[in-house]
Amino acid sequence: MKVVVCTKQTPSTTAVFSVNNGAVSWEDSGGKPNVVNPWDEYAVEEAIRVKENHGASQAIALTMGTPDSQEALKTCLAMGCDEAILVSDPSFAGSDTLGTARILAAALEKIDGAKVVIFGKQAIDGDTGLTPVQVARKLGWTPVTYVSAIKEIKGHTITLERLLEDGKETVTTDLPVVISVVKEINEPRYPSFMGIRKANRATIPTWSAADLNISGGVGAGASQADWSHVYAIPAREGSVEIIEGDSVEEKVAALVDKLFEEKVI
Amino acid sequence: MNLQLTDEQRMIVEMVRTFVEKELQPYEEEVEREDGVRPELQRQIRDKALQFGLYAANMPEELGGAGLDTVSLVLMERELGRTSYALQHFVARPSSIIRACVGEQIETYLLPTIRGERHDCLAMSEPNAGSDVRGMECRAVRDGDEYVITGTKHFISHADVADYAILFAASGEEQTARGVRKKITSFLVDMGTPGFTVKRGYDVVSHRGYHNCILQFDGCRVPVGNILGVEHRGFDVANQWLGSTRLSVAAFCVGRAQRTLELCQQWAATRVQFGQPIGKNQGVSFKLADMATQIRAAEWLTLDAAWRTDQGAARDEDYAMAKLYATEMLAMVTDEAVQIFGGMGLAEENPVVRFWRDARVERIWDGTSEIQRHIISRALLRPFENR
Ligand SMILES: Cc1cc2nc3c(=O)[nH]c(=O)nc-3n(C[C@H](O)[C@H](O)[C@H](O)COP(=O)(O)OP(=O)(O)OC[C@H]3O[C@@H](n4cnc5c(N)ncnc54)[C@H](O)[C@@H]3O)c2cc1C
Ligand SMILES: Cc1cc2nc3c(=O)[nH]c(=O)nc-3n(C[C@H](O)[C@H](O)[C@H](O)COP(=O)(O)OP(=O)(O)OC[C@H]3O[C@@H](n4cnc5c(N)ncnc54)[C@H](O)[C@@H]3O)c2cc1C
Repeated sequence: MKVVVCTKQTPSTTAVFSVNNGAVSWEDSGGKPNVVNPWDEYAVEEAIRVKENHGASQAIALTMGTPDSQEALKTCLAMGCDEAILVSDPSFAGSDTLGTARILAAALEKIDGAKVVIFGKQAIDGDTGLTPVQVARKLGWTPVTYVSAIKEIKGHTITLERLLEDGKETVTTDLPVVISVVKEINEPRYPSFMGIRKANRATIPTWSAADLNISGGVGAGASQADWSHVYAIPAREGSVEIIEGDSVEEKVAALVDKLFEEKVI
Repeated sequence: MNLQLTDEQRMIVEMVRTFVEKELQPYEEEVEREDGVRPELQRQIRDKALQFGLYAANMPEELGGAGLDTVSLVLMERELGRTSYALQHFVARPSSIIRACVGEQIETYLLPTIRGERHDCLAMSEPNAGSDVRGMECRAVRDGDEYVITGTKHFISHADVADYAILFAASGEEQTARGVRKKITSFLVDMGTPGFTVKRGYDVVSHRGYHNCILQFDGCRVPVGNILGVEHRGFDVANQWLGSTRLSVAAFCVGRAQRTLELCQQWAATRVQFGQPIGKNQGVSFKLADMATQIRAAEWLTLDAAWRTDQGAARDEDYAMAKLYATEMLAMVTDEAVQIFGGMGLAEENPVVRFWRDARVERIWDGTSEIQRHIISRALLRPFENR
């Protein structure tokens, strides 16, 4: 059994989103480079743990993106993934989530023995959260979203815990599965120095369209969803009021009155 | 000339910065308040540093270290400079000089230190011998298979958390072309050896929580097997291994200054006086420009000296220039930072004031600025000697 983690390279969490004439850009004032999608760090960690604790033979990181997405894959290797695969082809550019899912599904089919596929909850830039379910649909595997724990993998089944708004749910399903994980699932480890060195010595294979058996259209031409208008939300006007008082109790009482007045509570 | 970092170096920087932000910076205020690092916190930092391979990153891979090249090491230390000296100390870089260990010393000192089981400190300075180290008065007199050591060392950093000292002592005199000179021998001396006591040193204004100690040797007997390097050739070992520790100081200063500048940028952009952010005044914004420029210059000097080290072409004056410029730069940057913050720049709640306090020692330890200038100028004038 192999576990595959799908990850996307995104701007860092400190990058600032801006739109200029409909063109989106992410600028990081601290000059931080693009990173593994922050939600995916939990997915990478969980993939490594599936190997460590649930007997997977290999943890493999997979990304579809431009050649520089290699950097995100190196981070996955440095954290402890055994292998990384980049899926890249000029014809993939401009794919919508369905196109992305078709490409990823084809790559996953090519990985012999992949039984558990782990995604992050969503990408911090695209933010649709659609890719995992669409990949599952393409593969015909069971999708399980919002996973907060992998409890057991036994024979042909996997038992998972899902974290929902009002509670938790335990789900048992047959393998193979495609899951997306929430941040409560673990605490991602740092890439170690040993890992960083290993990652930089590794060669990361690139699979192109010709290497895959993709069913359905991909790339800008095939995108059914069109981003007709992207704009930054105008900044909200707000004001700050500092509540004065002689004691903490007095300040709290004044604050509670205010909150009632404003119908916040 | 290629001034790009490799992917590996970029990843190291990214990783160490995250480590500093998550594992060290949250404890800064506690360390300032308590003037120390709790033993549990010391252990926690060491354990994490060991787990992720940061520990003893200056030591070769085959000995169990991370085997970083000097440029990578400087980048790592630059990132560690962004936090409290007392905290980052536990992400240890043992003194490179222990690489001179031979025979049984390897198992007793070198390897356990790299594994984080033992901890070193380096004892050179004395009340009457600071810049003039060769003037040291601590004596080592041979008696059969032992040396008997008598004297005092002061300002010995982190001896309170070390379990052995790398001690330099005068082991005799020799006649040289320039007159009589003391012969110096370096020893490995375990804490707890009879005749060797350690007590807390002076309360200094810089790097709260990072303590210096006074080491007292009173007829302390050390076997000749504990000589580090060659008998009477202590400064040869020191020169071979300690030159690049001045780069650590320089790298630390660059990281410190970068963090200080970031705080200043934010303050200058948000603190409003006379109806506009103070950064709109050139009196403030030009300070930022000077800070950024000098930080960059110090960084390149430091990286250049590191790169030369990796090429086997570093000279003493390369280290001296990096150390001199980076420490003087940090003094300027932290002083201007206090100015930009105004009264809040002097409030203990504000990290800027401790950066300003901390900066002061950098121009003194590991060779004062004057001694660095001495090294640089001597190199400049050497070709004209004997003409
Ligand atoms: C140049 C460019 C042009 C685009 N044009 C269009 C367009 O015309 N129409 C349109 O609808 N969208 C377009 N997109 C958006 C693109 O379709 C989505 O970014 C992508 O499908 C993933 O969706 P998401 O970002 O919402 O990720 P989510 O679905 O929120 O991500 C969930 C999980 O899936 C993983 N994942 C997402 N993408 C990948 C990937 N490529 N490889 C591995 N794992 C992945 C994430 O890392 C995360 O773990 C474009 C993107 C780019 C970069
Ligand atoms: C917090 C702290 C920690 C320390 N940790 C250690 C440690 O772990 N191990 C260790 O061995 N030492 C340590 N030191 C000692 C440090 O290395 C010395 O303080 C330093 O070398 C200067 O020596 P000194 O203080 O005796 O000053 P002095 O040598 O007395 O110098 C006084 C002044 O005279 C100037 N001066 C001296 N000679 C010349 C000259 N030839 N030309 C021009 N100017 C000159 C100096 O630059 C300085 O301005 C530490 C010091 C401090 C403050």
